[in-house]
Amino acid sequence: MNDKMTDSDKKLCIIIPAYNEEQNIAGVIKSVRNALPDGTIVVVNDGSKDKTAETAISHGATVLSLPVNVGYGAALQTGFKYSLKKRFQFSLIMDADGQHIAEEAHKVLIPVMQGIADLAVGSRYSGDNVYRGSMIRMLGSLIFSKLASWSLGFKVTDPTSGFQAMNRRTVEFFCSPVYPSDFPDADILIATKRAGLKIAEVPVKMLPPAGGKSMHSGLKPFYYIFKMFFSIFVTFLRKDTAN
Amino acid sequence: MPLTQKIFALVVSVLILIVIVELVRRRRLREEYSFLWIITGITLIILSLWYRLLVFITHAIGAVLPTSTLFLFGLLFLVMISLHFSVKISKLTDQLKDVAQEVAILKASLDDRK
Repeated sequence: MNDKMTDSDKKLCIIIPAYNEEQNIAGVIKSVRNALPDGTIVVVNDGSKDKTAETAISHGATVLSLPVNVGYGAALQTGFKYSLKKRFQFSLIMDADGQHIAEEAHKVLIPVMQGIADLAVGSRYSGDNVYRGSMIRMLGSLIFSKLASWSLGFKVTDPTSGFQAMNRRTVEFFCSPVYPSDFPDADILIATKRAGLKIAEVPVKMLPPAGGKSMHSGLKPFYYIFKMFFSIFVTFLRKDTAN
Repeated sequence: MPLTQKIFALVVSVLILIVIVELVRRRRLREEYSFLWIITGITLIILSLWYRLLVFITHAIGAVLPTSTLFLFGLLFLVMISLHFSVKISKLTDQLKDVAQEVAILKASLDDRK
């Protein structure tokens, strides 16, 4: 397995979307480089107001700096477009706030590199992992995992996970306008499945975010819940998901 | 409809139309956006001149007063125009996203060559 990993790592693009993460980005880059020395680290700076881009560049990452803040999903998609353009064989996405552990990355990469899945989603809830998030986050995840499991036809415990590995076919699909600009979650998993791509869920360990502002604060959870239900509903109404 | 009311309605509608045409002439308003506004202006003129049409529509939709018919249609037009703008803004947001992504990737490849 290890031979296979090093062999494929050269074709690996690690996409880290970052918005005002100057505190965490250096540590994340270091741990990713230690865990996946042959991967190309691409930090997508989503119009940060702090020194995220400078910090990432000084730590040797390739930085894609968006001139304006376009949202988490659109930032990820920038990385996908870059990965596709540079013809990377595999892509890994992980958050810049330090909650995704780089040493766990191989767990999501293996099913994709072995060709078992086109997209592997790291789940903090499946398996015997202990993760304590905020109440609303746990509740939201529970509702959407039930909804997603029901609509996908297999069990998904963590559809909001931003710790994912995928092959080029999936990256190509994610570069289409189908990919949501704000929070890509269960809706995009459903669209991916409907496009004929295979999805696997893998248990991984995660840490609570080290700092920075949570995406799920203030009134956002309410909008988020509305958006999830509505976009899942609309995803089913669309016939052209594959395009 | 009293004559003063009629004249007032006509003057207002014609003024609106003139402003729209003038904005298009000065290229401050694009033709594609002026369409709904021009229709609004023309409808206002027709309804203020042709009172019997207004009364007819009032009866047809079950309203009591011709003025409420005018307000209803005014509101409907505003709703349509706002919806039209929401659609345009969604499209612009998507285009902005694509341009921003393109700029980010191009900038990175320029820096690579330095």
